[in-house]
Amino acid sequence: MIRVDRRSDSSSLIRVRGINKTYSRGGEKIQVLQGLNLDVDKGDFVAFMGPSGSGKTTLLNLLGGLDVPSAGSITVDGDEITHMSASKLTHWRARHVGFIFQMYNLIPVLTAYQNVELPLLLTKLSKSERRSHVETALGVVGLADRMNHYPRQLSGGQEQRVTIARAIVSDPTFLLCDEPTGDLDRKSADEIMALIDELVGKYNKTILMVTHDALVAARAHTTLHLDKGVLIEGGKSAQPVLAGGAA
Amino acid sequence: MKYSRLIFANLFRKKVRLILTVGSFAVALFLFTFLAVVKSAFSRGTELAGADRLVVINRAGLIQTIPLAYYDKILRIPGVKAVTHNNWFGGVYQDEKNFFPQFVIDMDNQRQVMTEMKIPDDQWKTFVNDRQGAIAGATLAKRFGWKVGDRIPLKNALYGPTSTWEFNLDGIYKNDHPGGDESQFWLQWKYFDESIPAGIKGLVGWYVVKLDSPDDAVRVAKAIDTEFANSSTETKTETESAFQAGFAKQLGNIELLILTIGGVVFFTLLLVTGNTMAISVRERTGELAVLKAIGFTDRFVLFFVLAESLVIALIGGLIGLGLAMLAIPVVGAALNGFLPTLILSAAMLSAGLGFAVLVGAASGLLPGLGAMRLRVVDALRRV
Repeated sequence: MIRVDRRSDSSSLIRVRGINKTYSRGGEKIQVLQGLNLDVDKGDFVAFMGPSGSGKTTLLNLLGGLDVPSAGSITVDGDEITHMSASKLTHWRARHVGFIFQMYNLIPVLTAYQNVELPLLLTKLSKSERRSHVETALGVVGLADRMNHYPRQLSGGQEQRVTIARAIVSDPTFLLCDEPTGDLDRKSADEIMALIDELVGKYNKTILMVTHDALVAARAHTTLHLDKGVLIEGGKSAQPVLAGGAA
Repeated sequence: MKYSRLIFANLFRKKVRLILTVGSFAVALFLFTFLAVVKSAFSRGTELAGADRLVVINRAGLIQTIPLAYYDKILRIPGVKAVTHNNWFGGVYQDEKNFFPQFVIDMDNQRQVMTEMKIPDDQWKTFVNDRQGAIAGATLAKRFGWKVGDRIPLKNALYGPTSTWEFNLDGIYKNDHPGGDESQFWLQWKYFDESIPAGIKGLVGWYVVKLDSPDDAVRVAKAIDTEFANSSTETKTETESAFQAGFAKQLGNIELLILTIGGVVFFTLLLVTGNTMAISVRERTGELAVLKAIGFTDRFVLFFVLAESLVIALIGGLIGLGLAMLAIPVVGAALNGFLPTLILSAAMLSAGLGFAVLVGAASGLLPGLGAMRLRVVDALRRV
């Protein structure tokens, strides 16, 4: 269950409390996020929507430990990540977060198999164990027969499937998707979303997704709208609720 | 190593660039090694010079002679163990390009002073009893395919009208010191002195003095020069290593020249490879950011860039060293003895490889640090 009102119990998988994010640009301070609160439970599928510059990607970066908030705290599965050192945060990301990017961001000189294997190189798994995990992940995304293909030999949809396989291969705590269908045609986008639905429904994955596409967002359990750095609950909630801000 | 595939896959991403960079390394290492070999050839005489030997020459210069009569006076100076004398012969074997050093030696004392030059006793005995006898170094004999018993004609114009001197090759010497000179040709003083015009008889080119102890070198050198001070032929005595160094310097400051060229090679290579690595890292900013996003540490990214740079350096370095190993004997043979023997030692190969690794690490360091400091969020925004 997703809540944006700070009235959560402590069992949430992801707890965001009062986070602010401010950037300095040319001496001017720009507040991207303002006092956000959010609770996400295991198995939730949340979509974030909002106009460009509303802070969607910034929020995703903070949740994924790629950036640190100016104020506030983020706790994932009991780990407070906001005060971790850069090195500790990197190790944390390897264990807990799977990233799915709009532009796929596969390594072009590696095959699908090798791309998916990358996160496992950071583990102590043996070569045969890694192989087993990679084959399973590629099987889940329906690309078991394309594992020796290079990204340039795959379609956009297939590349995104490889990215998803790479994101799930280490069985992370949650997945972050930044416009996962933004570079795909409608048919491929539907296939990718069907796959993401399957990850949630069949494998009980927790997914947080940024999208501009209302059709894609509609497949999430909850859609949250960001506007000028403020989170507004929407989607299946009849009345949007202003999130965070007040102490 | 589980990361090797990642490193090698990236290396071969731009094959033409890889070939050109590896090629730069190969050429630079070849040049570096070749220069090091030439420098070593020039300085080898100094390195191998006997610490307990002095060389006495005419104060006016090496090409001026000294009376043979000095021999006994030098021998009487306390601290002197043995004395021998040499002359430059300067003959031509078949063609002027077949240059090699020919020395007239004092048979009675040569072996007592030049102890590292080893000749089998039976060959030495034959040489001593043969007025036209000659001894050749093993390298020299190999160069011309000579064997003991061969007749060696040398044309000479230094001592009277041009004439051909005939020699019997009675022996072949080897040098005890690894890399020591084995390219000399020796002939007998008596035969030489009898055959030259009367006006230049009884004059030697230089003396080589063996000391009781290397500690006596300064005192004995001073004593010798004092002995002949204010005479018609004053002397200049110095240690053999100083003499060899001075001899090499007559050809110019080879060391400075070689170090300068080596320095230029080093910095050019550093700039070329550093630039290549910087471009390569810049092209992959997004990929490096993804690696960091999925859990690869900053240090790993640095290691990754450095490893690529080092692999390029090692491949190029090994090719360059391989080329040097093939080319140096050929170049050495083509020089026909105009330079001392060119030897590519294991130490030089190691130094070459060390040079390659140093340049590889240095050229990968800045781009690697840049990649290490890369902020994932900024880099992903640029993709």
